[in-house]
Amino acid sequence: MDADYLVIDIENIALSYPDGRSVLSEVSFQLPEGARAGLIGPNGSGKTTLFHLIMGLVPPTRGSIRLFGRQMQTEKDFRRARKKIGLVFQNADDQLFSPTVIEDVAFGPLNLGASPAQAREIAQETLEQLNLSGFEDRIAYRLSGGEKKLVALATVLAMDPEVLLMDEPTTGLDEATRERIIDVLNGLDKTLLITSHEYDFLARTTKDIYKMKNGRLSPAGDAALLHPHYRAHAAGDVPHKHG
Amino acid sequence: MISETFAFGDSPIHRMDPRLRVAMAIFFSIVTAVSNRFPAVCLALFMACGLLGLARLPLRPVLNRLFLVNGLVFFIWLVMPWTYQGTPLFTLGPLVIAEEGVRLCALITIKSNAIILALIALTATMPVATLGHALHHLRVPGKLVHLLLMTYRYIFVIETEYQQLMRAARIRCFKPGTNLHTYKTFAYLVGMLFVRAAARGERVHQAMICRGFNGKFICLHDFSFRQTDRAWAAAMGIGLIGLGVLEWTPII
Repeated sequence: MDADYLVIDIENIALSYPDGRSVLSEVSFQLPEGARAGLIGPNGSGKTTLFHLIMGLVPPTRGSIRLFGRQMQTEKDFRRARKKIGLVFQNADDQLFSPTVIEDVAFGPLNLGASPAQAREIAQETLEQLNLSGFEDRIAYRLSGGEKKLVALATVLAMDPEVLLMDEPTTGLDEATRERIIDVLNGLDKTLLITSHEYDFLARTTKDIYKMKNGRLSPAGDAALLHPHYRAHAAGDVPHKHG
Repeated sequence: MISETFAFGDSPIHRMDPRLRVAMAIFFSIVTAVSNRFPAVCLALFMACGLLGLARLPLRPVLNRLFLVNGLVFFIWLVMPWTYQGTPLFTLGPLVIAEEGVRLCALITIKSNAIILALIALTATMPVATLGHALHHLRVPGKLVHLLLMTYRYIFVIETEYQQLMRAARIRCFKPGTNLHTYKTFAYLVGMLFVRAAARGERVHQAMICRGFNGKFICLHDFSFRQTDRAWAAAMGIGLIGLGVLEWTPII
């Protein structure tokens, strides 16, 4: 594995709405293969938009995107890249559109050219890997929020992407599901890029943290070092005891 | 919202290949709908009752559905007998009840009940998802099938969003009445639902693109046509031929 091989290489990207309002301004970002990076920032800071740019869902106003060393220009370029990058959307209801769980998990593999039998097998294995065995024929809309999130993750992992992007994976999740997601992410041998507004979650799943604010991106530092600082800060204004 | 009351069960009908059930329901409905003779439509009703019996469905929800259909039929009975020109059967004050009118009403009643019973027995006994896949295997255009499946999937989401908006209105003491404020509120509510549905459609499509979707749906499901299905196909085929014989030959 080449340590310097950049799977995502974004240079001076800018995006503004037709009315001139800027969403992202001069964002540059490099993600080497095998990296685990977190993106932190308040709501509306452009995190989701950055992901959509990387996936080719919206075109940038300016700047260049290189994925896996290849310059992305046309929809065809992105289509090839999407086979190797998986994006888990913030809202699982957007991701799960099939009536049953197994069909949704098999959707990606089918699109990648697997036969129905192979796709079913891959889907079953992925569900097993996420401790979701027995969910195959469950009806997607009847799942709980946490289950939906895990199934949404399964739909992307079933495609075995090299890079996994997750947009606010912990929004609205209970503690138990959060722990399960952390376990799953830490057991993955993939390049990771996660957005969140929780330092705590990013510190436990990623190594490098970047800060996003007002459409600008800047490195914030090593997750392990940022974490204690955040903790002290969060509890600093109330009397507390360390045990 | 869609409860799928009859979809799950263990009966010969539930075990039958869904493709066969859908195909038979279509043929049965067409033959029954074009029939005009009492022996034929009575046999159709008898067959439909037989299928219903085989499906072992709970009686009450079936009667509820029949009640709905016959509510509509009731209005036909209310109007048709005295507006139809024909041989007078008897007079009711100023109204002349025509024999042909009564006959037609009876035909419509038997036919609609036969068709609805057969549809309940054959197609309501599978989940909507299975129905979609059966239609796909019967070469119904993919776009229509996926329209059905996506509608089924997201109707619940839209309902939840509607409930959310409604709750938001109610906790601020909104009480529907017959006034402009109510109409305006409901107009906003419906408008908001459309906006949300459109935005969701956009996001779902993006999520699909991210998973390699290129406009073509591939079906995961395979059905198996077994020996018993062959027997059922033959039996129902004979039944349909029987209907045809009663309708189009002067046998009775």
